[in-house]
Amino acid sequence: MPDLVMQLTRAGFLALLWLFVLAALRVVRSDLYAASGIRVSMPGFRRSSGKQQARGKQPRQLVVTHGALAGTRISLDGRPILIGRADDSTVVLDDDYASTRHARLSLRGTDWYVEDLGSTNGTYLDRAKVTAPVRVPLGVPIRIGKTVIELRS
Amino acid sequence: MGRPAAGTNPSLGPVSTPQAPQVQTRRGTELAMLGFAAGLVTLALAIADGNQEQELTRQILYYGVAFMALFGLAHLAVRKWAPYADPLILPCVALVNGLGLVMINRLDPAVIQRAKDLQRFVPSESAPKQVVWTAAGLVVFAVVMWLVKDHRMLAKYGYTAGLVGLIALALPGLLPSSLSEVNGAKIWLRLPGLGSIQPGEFAKILLLIFFAAFLVSKRDLFMAAGRRFAGMELPRARDLAPLLVAWALSVGVLVLEKDLGTSLLFFGIVLVMLYIATERVAWLVIGLTFFIGGCLIAYQLFGHVQVRVQTWLDPFADYFGKGNQISQSLFSLGTGGLGGTGLGAGRPELVTFSQSDFIIAAIGEEFGFIGLAALLIIYLLLVMRGLRSALAVRDTFGKLLAGGLAFAVCWQVFIVVGGVTKLIPLTGLTAPFLSHGGSSLIANYAAIALLLRISDAARRPAPQTPKGPKPQQAPIAEASTVLVERPT
Repeated sequence: MPDLVMQLTRAGFLALLWLFVLAALRVVRSDLYAASGIRVSMPGFRRSSGKQQARGKQPRQLVVTHGALAGTRISLDGRPILIGRADDSTVVLDDDYASTRHARLSLRGTDWYVEDLGSTNGTYLDRAKVTAPVRVPLGVPIRIGKTVIELRS
Repeated sequence: MGRPAAGTNPSLGPVSTPQAPQVQTRRGTELAMLGFAAGLVTLALAIADGNQEQELTRQILYYGVAFMALFGLAHLAVRKWAPYADPLILPCVALVNGLGLVMINRLDPAVIQRAKDLQRFVPSESAPKQVVWTAAGLVVFAVVMWLVKDHRMLAKYGYTAGLVGLIALALPGLLPSSLSEVNGAKIWLRLPGLGSIQPGEFAKILLLIFFAAFLVSKRDLFMAAGRRFAGMELPRARDLAPLLVAWALSVGVLVLEKDLGTSLLFFGIVLVMLYIATERVAWLVIGLTFFIGGCLIAYQLFGHVQVRVQTWLDPFADYFGKGNQISQSLFSLGTGGLGGTGLGAGRPELVTFSQSDFIIAAIGEEFGFIGLAALLIIYLLLVMRGLRSALAVRDTFGKLLAGGLAFAVCWQVFIVVGGVTKLIPLTGLTAPFLSHGGSSLIANYAAIALLLRISDAARRPAPQTPKGPKPQQAPIAEASTVLVERPT
């Protein structure tokens, strides 16, 4: 093969190899949010209100149904809710089975997610142990120690 | 965590967002990337032939089409059995495998010529065998994908997989050398008339399944807190037993099978899976301490380990003897420089085993640093997509298995490339998908099929929660609670 052709093919091949890498990275980028199964709220990303209407009920308050604080209601305003024995929690539990920082409820998009903050005795959504952020449907009990809370509209 | 199959989580339904945005299957992207990979491989084949002063015939095009057809079938299997699988894993594998095939094919005449010149044993051509193994690997890939409809069912066979894996791993070490020794490493199983296989490659996947299942069911054991030391929570001494077993096993492999690579591979996988399961740095520190201790003892006791370390510290001290391979590999990489000599224009056959263990050196010589870096990034992408699936999948067993499989690829590449470039002592492992070697290729395809299965589960939108009245349950607050440990 002539030397010039050889040099050209050599450089061209390396360029194409890197083009493959770049194409793969483009796929990675377009896939960043799609794959997790959990929608991440992106800045500037708002759902249209029409869709919210179609969905029906939105959680508006958090109700403690069992435990020492039974009957307590907290209205949800979009800020995350910390649950635990720490004084600065939103829901301060006086419960031997609860950890200092036990669980957190946070709003992502239009849904509330409960997440265990490394508690000793665990957080349960219905009967399932919460190991990763899990969406909380309306009216499903969340058990933290002796306390049970649920979201209501 | 009480059940072994914690993945069969009744909360799977409500976990998902019922009106999640339509998830694309991205199979079209996969096909396009596969086409790109096949084009690159065909081009590489043409360049290699052209540079070796061979006639460019239409044959090359046929090979390219056959390559595309082979992976097209794999793509169809994915489309049918795992439609939501990750779109990048298969194309990356195809490209690495294809480049490996081109390299092996390009090296065949040179290796045979060199063997004749030196009047050594003349090997048969490797490329046709590797093509057959690639096809076999893709068949295994499709079969695994078809058999394993849900990765969580593998957790049920955890202990069986562990036992079979252990036997497969230990067998070559215990058999007489005539049945298991090739080139000084006792990691083979020679079947008379059938050729030889490396059971360790398959044991790797089986043991990964076992560890994932074991760690899911016994995670609490490893989480029990012991004393705090230097900012780490040390595990209790009695919980160290499983780690000690793994350590003893990997040292046993090192001693009986004279194979540093497999030993390093297994111990690394065990440690990282423990770390993934517990998030505790203490396990890594303890494990590494054990491993270094084991290596020091092995160095004192065994000659073959000393040879490896000496050729690593100073390969040129014994250039014409034991250091020859690693010295030649360094020369090879040096000759390649930044841009490489061009495919087919270098002399990578001067390195012994340039088609299997040292194919990285051959690629470094002919593609240069730029090409080798691209190859490593493709490996990195493969690993990253695997870890991404591990993060996204919803069950613990899947997370551990995907994390372990992805890490196994990463770790193996590190051991191989580290050995070839003299970063760590040389070990005899194959570069996944790249090197000449049937067992490694087939086992790795099975691993990739599992990874795609898990990524399918990770990306698949969850089924809609069934409507209707819920089964009556006892009030949840009355359920019994056990005080495990008083929080401080």
